[in-house]
Amino acid sequence: MDHLTELENQSVYILREAYKNFKNLAMLWSIGKDSTVLLWLARKAFLGHCPIPLVHIDTSFKIPQMIEYRDRYAKEWGLNLVVGQNKKALDEGMNHEKGRDVCCDALKTQGLLQIMEQEGYTGLILGIRRDEEGTRAKERYFSPRNKDFEWDFKDQPPELWDQFKTTFAEGTHIRIHPLLHWTELNVWEYIEREKIPIIDLYFANKEGRRYRSLGCAPCTGSIESKASNVREIIEELRDTTSSERSGRAQDQESTYAMQKLRAKGYM
Amino acid sequence: MGNNGHKNPQSGKQMKLVIVGHVDHGKSTLVGRLMADTDSLPTGKMDFIKDICDQQGKVFEFAFLLDALEEEQEQGITIDTSQIFFKTEKRPYVIIDAPGHKEFLKNMVTGAANAEAALLLIDAYEGVQEQSRRHGYLLRLLGMKQVAVVVNKMDLVKHDAEVFYKIKAEYTEFLNSMGVEAKEYIPVSAKLGENIAHRSENMTWYQGPTVLEMLDQFKDKLPEVNRPFRLPLQDVYKFDERRILAGRVESGTAKIGDEVIFAPSNKKGIIKSIETWEVENKPTTIEASQSVGITLTEQIFVERGNVATLASDPAIITTTFDANVFWMGKKHLKKGETYLIKLATQNVECEVAKFNKAIDASTLETLPDQDFIAKNDVAELTLRTRQPITFDLFNDIAETGRFVLVDEYDVCGGGIITGFTPLSEIDKFRDEARYRDSHWIKGAVTPDMRAYRNGHQAAMILITGKSGVGKADLAGKLEEKLFHQNFQSYLLDGRNIQVGLGADMDQEKYFSDGEALRRFGEVAKLFVDAGHVVISTSNVFNHEDHSNISLLIEPTPIVEIQVTNNKFPKGKPEVVLTVDEAANHETAVQKVLDYLKEQKILTGHNYSI
Repeated sequence: MDHLTELENQSVYILREAYKNFKNLAMLWSIGKDSTVLLWLARKAFLGHCPIPLVHIDTSFKIPQMIEYRDRYAKEWGLNLVVGQNKKALDEGMNHEKGRDVCCDALKTQGLLQIMEQEGYTGLILGIRRDEEGTRAKERYFSPRNKDFEWDFKDQPPELWDQFKTTFAEGTHIRIHPLLHWTELNVWEYIEREKIPIIDLYFANKEGRRYRSLGCAPCTGSIESKASNVREIIEELRDTTSSERSGRAQDQESTYAMQKLRAKGYM
Repeated sequence: MGNNGHKNPQSGKQMKLVIVGHVDHGKSTLVGRLMADTDSLPTGKMDFIKDICDQQGKVFEFAFLLDALEEEQEQGITIDTSQIFFKTEKRPYVIIDAPGHKEFLKNMVTGAANAEAALLLIDAYEGVQEQSRRHGYLLRLLGMKQVAVVVNKMDLVKHDAEVFYKIKAEYTEFLNSMGVEAKEYIPVSAKLGENIAHRSENMTWYQGPTVLEMLDQFKDKLPEVNRPFRLPLQDVYKFDERRILAGRVESGTAKIGDEVIFAPSNKKGIIKSIETWEVENKPTTIEASQSVGITLTEQIFVERGNVATLASDPAIITTTFDANVFWMGKKHLKKGETYLIKLATQNVECEVAKFNKAIDASTLETLPDQDFIAKNDVAELTLRTRQPITFDLFNDIAETGRFVLVDEYDVCGGGIITGFTPLSEIDKFRDEARYRDSHWIKGAVTPDMRAYRNGHQAAMILITGKSGVGKADLAGKLEEKLFHQNFQSYLLDGRNIQVGLGADMDQEKYFSDGEALRRFGEVAKLFVDAGHVVISTSNVFNHEDHSNISLLIEPTPIVEIQVTNNKFPKGKPEVVLTVDEAANHETAVQKVLDYLKEQKILTGHNYSI
């Protein structure tokens, strides 16, 4: 069995465990490559169907093409799309100039919290990977969050032999991470193999720039690149020495910025 | 904070490694060193960490490269497992740095359970410590086959070969007492980079591999395709017209057309198709480690937890088994409490039937007369489940021979199955029937051919009720009536088995240990296999024995005719007759015949004789 098939089989197993064990389950779709691969894997797991609603947190600052792409494929693939937005914070003028971590917490984390409360989700599937950054490297496939959405990274459940934490107290929820064991390059190799349609912001434009990681327009930088298709991105990644999230300003805000954001419930 | 993972994103099949050992014996330092020496750090990472150290007034340590949490860096101990990607020329690795502090044993277990090979670190200066032994014991319990021992901090003992050999001898003795053998013992200094990626000039007395060379010698874990077929069902999907059974093949292979038996229900079905989405070539076989979806030719009721097996290699089904268990719960594991056992996709309640041996895992000493185990200890014990559970012995098929225990909401223990007891008669009969059916030599005449010729399916009619209600008379009349209608009927009285087949046994024992029932059931099995309608009365059996006979003659139906004046008959009889009704043989027999026709057991002849 080749390594991509092996990764696929493990992720499908996790998605099926999640679907069976959680009555009210949702999957986060950020429109980026990882959550789009996750969506593709869900259709593999459920044999052409996606029985899980897709939640998109709209900060209103997303790059416009992302919203176009989202609406196009939601229609084409017959998805149950649920859009969440922290309207109160936006009405009060929240933006990244108030501080990137403050903005991320309000528009992304609190936006997510609101839609989860509204819809009563007890399980949330996300496309994070261990190789993205240090705190994610310590995650579990099934990772509990308390009533206040907090991640207690000092007291995580044991996870062995693919027996996951599927029982939890009322009011708490579980984050499920089926892509945890994939690397950035695995994701692109899989996109190539499966011919998954990916938003073209990842490909180099005429000015020779592309996005390596997608987020809100003000806080996401593009990189210099000639890679204009999936194959060229794979070639480029094999030689790179910079990290994937180097274009994401919130990560660089301060020492342990990501630990603080994620402990409070950030993706 | 930037990427703490890798420089070059990885492709290819990774080997998963875990690094374990006592707290502060240098696990994180070794991982940091491996990353640095294989040139796996992203640009600026080393400088970034050095800046943090300067800000906090600390001396740079390689461990900081992967201790991502603020607390970990402040306290200088790894709290949770972290995973680091690096590669050698041979292949990519993901290395799991597992904490050595006793408090974080569940995190160590999490790391080690997911790895294919392990490095166990021992500090040359401190020697073998409590967690060195506990981790060694747990590696064995987790089924880890590839272990190398790394003796670190050799610089602190002046690179003395004597120190190394003393530790090697002590730890070898410990491992041997559990029947485990380390692949290699390697003297290193992770801090100075000696014998990690580069050979040490200070330890020319050591001729074995460096750590990197050792890693490249470990073998990939291959899927268990050559073991018996096991497909535990995760779910059944009905999103469209297909009824898809979903699950992951844990071992073995199967193909379209194979007959599968679902344990523990013993229902059977034939694989009709293998369902996929967006796959170019439709597969015709499934094998270990694949997540699959299959359909069956007939719709039978199966659900999550059932395990599909092939008739040639059935799985064990019982309620009582022996296991080696490690415990991570805050509360003790003790008798009288109910726990949830999760084994493959089964969830079943269980309790501890007996503590055979409680063990202190840091010394391997038995804790005498102890009927519980505390956090971080291990035990050999017997578990009993509420309902039958299906599994294999861990040494036969690891994937279906291990389980976790859940206390309230949390996974608190794990274990491997070392033995089992077929406890009750039901278990014995089920095992016997399964073995017999899989070794049964079939003639060329099939049950369908017999049913066509006879004008009826094989069946067993059991007339029940208190003594004196006229069961035997009714049974005789029924046999006679069926015979005159050209059906193959036979009155099989339990007494006839007793005086013939049972003549070799002490008569009291014959009834008390279930042998009467077993012999009766096996004889009945032969008659129904020959296509007959077998008629019997319950004179020699009690009511709950029905289900046992039913097990032995499966899939032949049992039709129970109960003669009683009670408004609430016992069990669920198919036909109920009052004592008066039963006494009127003609109408009573007709009522039974009507029922048999309604159930399509009597179908009528297709030709005239």
